[in-house]
Amino acid sequence: MIKVGFYPGCSMKGGAQEYQESVSALAKVFDIELVEIPDWNCCGATAAHNMSKELSLSLPARIMALAEKEGITDIVVPCAACYNRLSLVKHEMAGDPSLSSKIASIIDMKYEGTTQILNIIQFIDKYITDRLEEKVVKPFDYKSACYYGCLLVRPHSVLKFDRVEDPQSMDVLVKKAGGKAIDWAFKTECCGAGMSVSRTDTVARLSGNIMKDAVDRQAEVVVVACPMCHSNLDMRRPEINKFLGEKIDIPVLYISQVLGLAVGLDPKTLGLNRHMTEVKFPAKPVIEAPVAEVPKKVSTTQNMEA
Amino acid sequence: MSASHESHHPLTLSGEIRLDTGVIINKCYQCGKCSAGCPVAEEMDYPPSLVMRMLQTDDPKQYEKLLKSMSIWLCISCEMCLTRCPMEIDIPTLMDNLRQRSYKAKKTNPQARKIIAFHKSFLDSINYTGRLYEMGLIVDYKMRTGAMMQDVAIAPKMFVKGKLNPVPEVIKGRKKIAAIFNRIQNNKEGK
Repeated sequence: MIKVGFYPGCSMKGGAQEYQESVSALAKVFDIELVEIPDWNCCGATAAHNMSKELSLSLPARIMALAEKEGITDIVVPCAACYNRLSLVKHEMAGDPSLSSKIASIIDMKYEGTTQILNIIQFIDKYITDRLEEKVVKPFDYKSACYYGCLLVRPHSVLKFDRVEDPQSMDVLVKKAGGKAIDWAFKTECCGAGMSVSRTDTVARLSGNIMKDAVDRQAEVVVVACPMCHSNLDMRRPEINKFLGEKIDIPVLYISQVLGLAVGLDPKTLGLNRHMTEVKFPAKPVIEAPVAEVPKKVSTTQNMEA
Repeated sequence: MSASHESHHPLTLSGEIRLDTGVIINKCYQCGKCSAGCPVAEEMDYPPSLVMRMLQTDDPKQYEKLLKSMSIWLCISCEMCLTRCPMEIDIPTLMDNLRQRSYKAKKTNPQARKIIAFHKSFLDSINYTGRLYEMGLIVDYKMRTGAMMQDVAIAPKMFVKGKLNPVPEVIKGRKKIAAIFNRIQNNKEGK
């Protein structure tokens, strides 16, 4: 059993429980134990950096200092927003020793900046990818639009993760899980993020444009790596459909759920029943028929909640 | 111009911003790529490239307009502008700085009330429990804005799906978090 440090963040304890359930279940399949940082606090998210620079540095610094105290070197941060905040704070403190000591005195803890912050894909690539294909028992045979959003890939100068305009890392994982990653234009466009409550109409427009492009290019599922992207594309679907004047009903899955299904975990363990937009996929014909004879939409669907 | 010479004169606004954020306003040559890529530019009173131009004037009137603008609050910090800027100007950090200046000077745009209320409710939750308690956040936000009926229809479904935690998670170091908030508040008042 390999032990890896784990920062779930607040979403995974609330509205995005299925993300934690699926990440933990997937890790278990590959003999990895995720060790939660004891007594972790919120990273402060958008609210902190909008309102107070010192707070936006102090909250993530305390999380990393707690991990250092435990001797944790790698911290897996599946929420893209938390991953972004922790990475940016680590970077800023590393480049400014006087700022770093000022923040250390505010949090009243020793801070060295020695932890490695891993997003969900970096974690999978470091600990799972090599063994992934041999474990696939149920290929995830669906056309997938991998949606990376903002905070997983930007700013590139700090995160140095994947290609900034047309990232590929999640596409590669979906392909290894037996899926087809489609080419599309909205991989890194913003979903509206933290405006979900205070500017719902903005979120409906931005997330609507993302879903429209995915569906126009025949995606059967959108795959994400961020609880905020998920809640905007999934929970805000009624508002999205109202904005578009359409009825888009394709599900939005976390990358950990996609890989979990492929390695044979059952839908409930992966929390698929928790999504607001029902998780169902087009039924696949048993024998490959010529493309022209396959109806575009079939009425019978495989219900993942059953 | 030497550093000692500068120190004898009050800093210009762009000088202050540079000191706070490291952003050099005059690097912008108005190519407009930030505004072209900005997902909310169409809702803004001044798109990002215009914000840069207004700051370049170092004119107090333009600065005042920005502090009172909706643009600074509509910016979602998606980092697209920085990504596409040929001069790598950190506009998202600049926007953070302008928001904080606007809030401190009590010049926030009235239409940004809900956005700011959301941030304050969010930070209060962290201050009290150490973490974000989503249900508490929503209730607090509704109290601040009066938007009592917003999203009421989806709450029961969220509850059934296990997406609404009825009890907040309170961390053991709750008081240490409150102390961090206090120290930052005291630092500001001490200035």
